[in-house]
Amino acid sequence: MKNREFAVVLDQKEIACDIYSLWLLTEKTAEQAGPGQFLSVYCRDGSRLLPRPLSICEVDRAQGRLRLVYRTAGRGTEEFSHLKAGDRLEILGPLGNGFPLGDGRALLLGGGIGIPPMVQLAKELKGEVQIVAGYRDELFLKEELEAAGTLYIATEDGSAGIRGNVLDVVREKHLSAEVIYACGPRPMLAAVKEYAEKEGILCYLSMEERMACGIGACLACVCRTKEVDGHTNVHNKRVCKDGPVFLSTEVEL
Amino acid sequence: MRNMKVTLAGVELKNPVMTASGTFGSGREYSEFFDLGELGAVVTKGVASTPWPGNPTPRVTETASGMLNAIGLQNPGIDVFVKRDIPYLKTFDTKIIVNVCGKTVRDYCEVAERLSEEPVDLLEINVSCPNVKEGGIAFGQNPKALEEITREVKRYAGQPIIMKLSPNVTDITEMAKAAEAGGADILSLINTITGMKIDIHRRAFALANKTGGMSGPAVKPVAVRMVYQTACAVKLPIIGMGGICSGEDALEFILAGATAVAVGTAGFSNPYAAPETVKGIEAYMEKYQVEDIQELIGAVRQI
Repeated sequence: MKNREFAVVLDQKEIACDIYSLWLLTEKTAEQAGPGQFLSVYCRDGSRLLPRPLSICEVDRAQGRLRLVYRTAGRGTEEFSHLKAGDRLEILGPLGNGFPLGDGRALLLGGGIGIPPMVQLAKELKGEVQIVAGYRDELFLKEELEAAGTLYIATEDGSAGIRGNVLDVVREKHLSAEVIYACGPRPMLAAVKEYAEKEGILCYLSMEERMACGIGACLACVCRTKEVDGHTNVHNKRVCKDGPVFLSTEVEL
Repeated sequence: MRNMKVTLAGVELKNPVMTASGTFGSGREYSEFFDLGELGAVVTKGVASTPWPGNPTPRVTETASGMLNAIGLQNPGIDVFVKRDIPYLKTFDTKIIVNVCGKTVRDYCEVAERLSEEPVDLLEINVSCPNVKEGGIAFGQNPKALEEITREVKRYAGQPIIMKLSPNVTDITEMAKAAEAGGADILSLINTITGMKIDIHRRAFALANKTGGMSGPAVKPVAVRMVYQTACAVKLPIIGMGGICSGEDALEFILAGATAVAVGTAGFSNPYAAPETVKGIEAYMEKYQVEDIQELIGAVRQI
């Protein structure tokens, strides 16, 4: 049976402009959660019907704690940004498949609000971990990423690290890998997919799409796939249920 | 024990609550939250004669107390559905209602005929999806076309048929009468109301399809009004839907004249919405000492 519960807010901070870090105490959700999975988070305001899918940044299974890092992008996330320690928050999860863990030399590519899932992933990978975080300008989660692997930074304005995007860093630093994990905006994922396939590197992409149910029933959040999907017998996998993590060779961007 | 059983064209439901087509898949995902046997019936997502890929994304967007969707009837086609989804649903103690979609009259008849020997209880004919260009709504907005397709599908169907009506018409009672004249056994209403949302920051439509079908609590007063008008205009039993989130919402529809109700969009904000609706109706019957739900159907009075 799936788990919907009221989590308790332990702490919330704005860690960069419009980027919030939210630590939650959960009954069951944290102990089942892994890197690359997400939670459906429900608004208290009943006029906002749909859950917001927020990716998991860190998990402390022993303590039942879980960290979400999200950007305010509308009224729902704006509502969440006002949560204070002690508040209750309705959540459902963990949802989605998450990143498969291996022990090879790994390259983690996070762009913008695609950076948070890389923290827990970096912590759980057994082999060598190289992380490239691509920001517009302001940095966040830098300490956490540095603690979990070798961190390289790219900024669009050149204010920190290398000026450019995550792939500019990969090329300039000649980073090699046996496996790539990427999460970020669609143009970034498309470029990473092309790079990985050209270099013949196994690559996992975490996809994003507008969702309604979050559990695979409504077929809102599909992405185009090469092969016929198992659910609907067409070329559309469900980001919320079959994903959000897909092999780069599996999806068409 | 209060009697919540209702009968639709000879099919007895243990209670009047079912799921709304397209919001519940074939039940598999929601069965991870509750026993589907708690519901009077499960209504599946629309199924066509062949697999349909649906519309491009984004397919959904939220609106105030509602949402717009333009999924475009993505479905695996009748072959996979019959092999995989019907046997799955048969493992639950609930009635099975299959929503049928198509582009031509022939498509609908083909699916209805394929299902005639299958262990399903009712067919719901989707002539009101606003999100597909051909078929669907073309039949749902023209009384003559609706009467004709009802008559044709009825010839091939092995089960009683429900005609699902569109609210995107000037007079819903004209459509209800047309479906009745064509031989429909049951009516269901409302399908979604065509709407549009514009993202002002991108200066673009929020949905790839430009328009979508609006659902959720915001549409409920429109739906209750249409159910009432329809109940006054025809003799057929009605399945009422549109924004139902609770037993209280469902009771409005029942008092307006619906024999059964469907819970749809509410399942997205609360996966337990449908079974909670059953419990809510039960609690109301307890509170007002209603022995049989029949006493409530169409029992609304003028103040």
